[in-house]
Amino acid sequence: MFTSFKRIFSAGATAFSRNALVSFATVLIMTATLTIIATLMLLSAILSNTLASIEDKVDINVYFTTTAQESDILSVKSALEKQSDVAAVTYTSSEQALAEFRARHADDQLTLQALDQLGENPLGASLAIKATDPSKYAGIVNYISNDSNIPGSSSIIERVNYYQNKSVIDRLTQAIGTTQKAGFAIVLIFAIASVIIAFATVRLAIYSARDEIAVMRLVGASNMFIRGPFIVAGIIGGVLSALITLIILAPATWYAGKHIATWLGGFNLFSYYTSHFVLLFVVLVGSGILLGGIAAYVAVRRYLRI
Amino acid sequence: MIYFDRVTKTYRDGTPGLEDVTISIQPKEFVSIVGHSGAGKTTLLKMLLAEDKPTSGNVYFEELDVHAVPKHSLHHYRRKIGMVFQDFRLIPNKTAYENIAFAMEAAGRTDEEIALDVPYILDLVDIGNKGGHFPHQLSGGEQQRVAIGRAIVNQPDVIVADEPTGNLDPVNTYEIVEILKKINELGTTVIITTHNKGVVDAMGKRVITMERGRIARDDAHGQYIL
Repeated sequence: MFTSFKRIFSAGATAFSRNALVSFATVLIMTATLTIIATLMLLSAILSNTLASIEDKVDINVYFTTTAQESDILSVKSALEKQSDVAAVTYTSSEQALAEFRARHADDQLTLQALDQLGENPLGASLAIKATDPSKYAGIVNYISNDSNIPGSSSIIERVNYYQNKSVIDRLTQAIGTTQKAGFAIVLIFAIASVIIAFATVRLAIYSARDEIAVMRLVGASNMFIRGPFIVAGIIGGVLSALITLIILAPATWYAGKHIATWLGGFNLFSYYTSHFVLLFVVLVGSGILLGGIAAYVAVRRYLRI
Repeated sequence: MIYFDRVTKTYRDGTPGLEDVTISIQPKEFVSIVGHSGAGKTTLLKMLLAEDKPTSGNVYFEELDVHAVPKHSLHHYRRKIGMVFQDFRLIPNKTAYENIAFAMEAAGRTDEEIALDVPYILDLVDIGNKGGHFPHQLSGGEQQRVAIGRAIVNQPDVIVADEPTGNLDPVNTYEIVEILKKINELGTTVIITTHNKGVVDAMGKRVITMERGRIARDDAHGQYIL
C-alpha cells in the first residue's frame, strides 16, 4: 500500500516535470483563475469595509427642548445605553451645539448676526445614537417615543430626526443588502467561469495522454495506479499556482495599498493581505488542490472506460 | 489454455468482425494468425484481451470466462498476458528502463525485484546500454524490443503480438522473431498476427488463416497460403 502510494506520487512528480510545457500552460491558467478568486476576496473585503464605514455614519439624533434639564437628558442617555441594540450614545450640550453652529457658519456673517440679535441660545441639547445595526433604529425610536419607558421624556424631547432620515436609512439598508447579494452573485459567476476554463485546460493536458492511458491499462495497471499520477500532477500544478498567486499578491497589494488607501476610506489592501494571509493561503491552496485534483480525476475517468 | 467458443462479433459501423470462430490453443504453443487486412485478426485479439465484448459466444482463459470478469478486476487478468503491438505503444515520457519498470510497478512488485529484473530483461532483449533513452531516441527495432521486454517482465502465461514486425525492416524483423522464438522455447505461449510470409514460413509452427471473419485454415505446421 505504502509502496504503491510512493510510486504514484513519484510518477506524478516525474510526469509533471517532464511534460514541462503542458504543466507550464496548466499552471498559468490555474494561476489566472486563482488570481481572480483572490481578487474577488480582496474586492469583497473592500466592499464590506466600505459598507461598514457607511453604516457607521448612520445615526439618529434626539433633540431636546431648550428648557430641558441636563440631569433629565443624562438619565435618558443612561436608559438608552442599557439597550442591547444601542452601540453608543453621544451627548451634545446646548453650549456645544451653539459653538459647533458658530464654527460651521464662521464665514456666514448674516447668520451669525441674526444669532447675536437673538441674545439667547436657541439650540437645545441633543443625543446622537448609534445602533449596532441599521435595521435596529426603528425599535430604538419606538423605545424613546414611548413615555412609559423613560418617565417624563416625552415632555423634554422636541423632535427625533429619525422620521426625516427614515427613508434615507431604509434605502441605505436596502442598498447594502442588494450590494452584498449582487457582489456575491458576481463572485460566483466569475469563479465558475474561471474554474471551467482551468478545468478544460487540465482535461486537454490529459487528453493528449489518452494513448498512454490505454497502454497502461493493457499492461495491467489498476485504475487507481493509472489515475493516481495524473491526480498528483494536477494537485502539484494547483499548489504551485496557489503559491505563485500568493507571491504575486504581495507586491500588487503593497502597491495598491500605498496608492488607493485614501480613496478606499483608509482601507489598506497590503495590511489586509498580511493580516489575512492564513485565510488567503488556505483558500487559494485549497482551491488549487481541488481544481487540479478534481479536474484530473474527471478527465482520466473518461479515458478509463472499458 | 485459451478457448474461443463460437465467438461472433458484429460491428454496426462495418468494421470487420468475427463469425462463429472456435479455436483452442494449448500451453507452450506458438501460433501465427494470418490473413488480409480486415480478416478479423485484430478483432480476435481484442476479444482475448477483453477490450471488447463478443456479440455471442465465449472466450475462456484456462477456467476463466474472460468476458464475465468485472471491469475493476480486469487488470488482474491482463497481467497474465503480455502484449506487443505493431506501433510499439511505449509510454513516451518514460525511459526504456521506466517503461519496463512500470509494468512491474503496476503489478505491485517490490523495488528490489524491479532493480534486479529490469536490467536482466534489458540484456535479454539486447538493449542493455540504452535503458536511459526515451522512446523517441530509439529506433523502431529498439522500441519493439523494449515493448517485448515490457510484455515478458511479469512472466505472463501468454505473449500476444499484434503485427509485431509490421513497422520493421528485415533485419529487425528477423531479430524480433528470434526473440519471440526464444521466449516460446522458455515455455511461454506465443500468439502473433502477421502479414509477413517470411516470418510464418521460417517458423514452421501452427498457422491459423482467417478470411472475412472466419477461420479458413488451421495447420499444425503451416505455411503462409493466401
